[in-house]
Amino acid sequence: MQLLLLFTFVLAIFLGFELIVKVPSQLHTPLMSGANAISGISIVGAMIAAGKTGNETITIVLGTLAVTCATINVVGGYLVTDRMLGMFKSKKGNN
Amino acid sequence: MDVQSEIVKSEIVQTSGLDTLIELSYIGAAVLFILGIKMLGSADTARKGNMLSAMGMLVAIVATLLYQDVIEYQYIIGGVIVGTLIGATAAARVQMTSMPEFVALFNGTGGIASLFVGWAEYESRKGGWAGGVPSTDFISVTAIYIAIIIGGITFTGSIIAYLKLSEKIDGKPVLYSGQQIVNSILLLGTIGCGIAFVMDPSGMYIPFIVAVGLALVLGVLFTIPVGGADMPVVISLLNSYSGLAACAAGFVIGNTVLIVSGSLVGASGIILTNIMCKAMNRSLANVLFSGFGSGASTGGGGAGGPQGEAKFLTPDDAYYVLEAAGSVVFVPGYGMAVAQAQHAVRELSDILEENGCEVKHAVHPVAGRMPGHMNVLLAEANIPYEQLVEMDDINAVIENVDVCIVIGANDVVNPSARTDESSPIYGMPIINVDYANTVFVLKRSMGSGFAGVDNPLFFNDNTRMILGDAKGTIESMVGAFKD
Repeated sequence: MQLLLLFTFVLAIFLGFELIVKVPSQLHTPLMSGANAISGISIVGAMIAAGKTGNETITIVLGTLAVTCATINVVGGYLVTDRMLGMFKSKKGNN
Repeated sequence: MDVQSEIVKSEIVQTSGLDTLIELSYIGAAVLFILGIKMLGSADTARKGNMLSAMGMLVAIVATLLYQDVIEYQYIIGGVIVGTLIGATAAARVQMTSMPEFVALFNGTGGIASLFVGWAEYESRKGGWAGGVPSTDFISVTAIYIAIIIGGITFTGSIIAYLKLSEKIDGKPVLYSGQQIVNSILLLGTIGCGIAFVMDPSGMYIPFIVAVGLALVLGVLFTIPVGGADMPVVISLLNSYSGLAACAAGFVIGNTVLIVSGSLVGASGIILTNIMCKAMNRSLANVLFSGFGSGASTGGGGAGGPQGEAKFLTPDDAYYVLEAAGSVVFVPGYGMAVAQAQHAVRELSDILEENGCEVKHAVHPVAGRMPGHMNVLLAEANIPYEQLVEMDDINAVIENVDVCIVIGANDVVNPSARTDESSPIYGMPIINVDYANTVFVLKRSMGSGFAGVDNPLFFNDNTRMILGDAKGTIESMVGAFKD
């Protein structure tokens, strides 16, 4: 199981390289903030720590802090990326 | 409440199919992330791609809530509400010019979240490791440690990057003698604590706490020697770290969706870091450790720098040149962001086009404080896509350009990079504005750029300096056209 996770990791890194090398430089800022939002995926681990039955207080506290921080990352990241990309789009319409 | 959750729980335990559904949802989420990033690669599909990726996140979150052990919703809901309020408010309010420090700050929240996840998992599992760690848990223990270290470094590193970018602290590199030695010792200490921790995680609370502290200190120490204009590299690197931290958290809880998406972000950050370094013709080590731009290490310029007399121009005089120009290329830099001049630039470029002039905006890969920073500002000002050109494309035709208007850019148009082997920026690819017929340089003063290197461009025969606030200068030019 553990080695399978490692295998997944290696494959995903390669996939990431292939995908991102193709992004043109003018989209680098939205790419970065969009990727940044994705890194908030640790919210999944955070929710398990905050909400799992029978967890100790300290785990719940840490988990809740993690949920809060990861949510800021996710919500802020996606919204601001959308705001930026909305600007990229509108100019096409205007011209 | 208890009764209700018991009922929910018993229902869920019975349906083992639910676990399969959750796993399938995670796969779906990973696919949505991959498609989303793929679609971010083109301006036409980028917005949709971002939405797909956000949907992936939603799927992953909902799937986790269905997880049979997750029954205490109140803390999750509380955290999500607080986080959403902060995140949404910040995202709605941030100015496009402040995007670099904003992204830096968000990187930091991702990093600290991974640190907390690692720590929480440690707290909940350390009891089970009292009699020694079974070999099957070896990767989990190591991953906990890595999640905490990378998460901690990402957090404080991002905070320093934020403070530097928002100019709440001085953006100049902070250097002291023995800096590399101090950093190396701390790094070794971190590794030492790691070994002690992995060997015996249950009894090793002190190394664990020391390691958290060391990671937080290392984040600060790694970031302070990097100067303001090198921040595109640091933000890219921290972006990568935040992904890798999430990835490590994935190993901690044995969850593939964290590993896949963390890896994607990690890879993205590494590629951007690499592109930024290449665009400055410097190695990553040089960017991170050399204190470039501190003045002390750059020697060059100074007394041996370019001599001669710069020629100055007023915006009104510049109007006569622009009025007659058949082609104009704007070259924006960080100064345009500082002056908030992007809307004025758009106005001037519209007027020039109406006047029958061919207008382009040439963006250097490291112009501004993060990758693609200038493109976002030009997009915000509604500059049409077709007018944006990359460095290599404009350099190929720059000899035929009548006027280049350099707005708050300096090092990325410094011909020393091409001609002066002793210059610290020698070898860095630049936009060859000096090959154009006429160059206007809009600057606040005659001071040198970030690298502390004199710019011979200012003294060229075909260069005219227009000193003052870039926004005011361009507005005056627009005014001259309207009169």
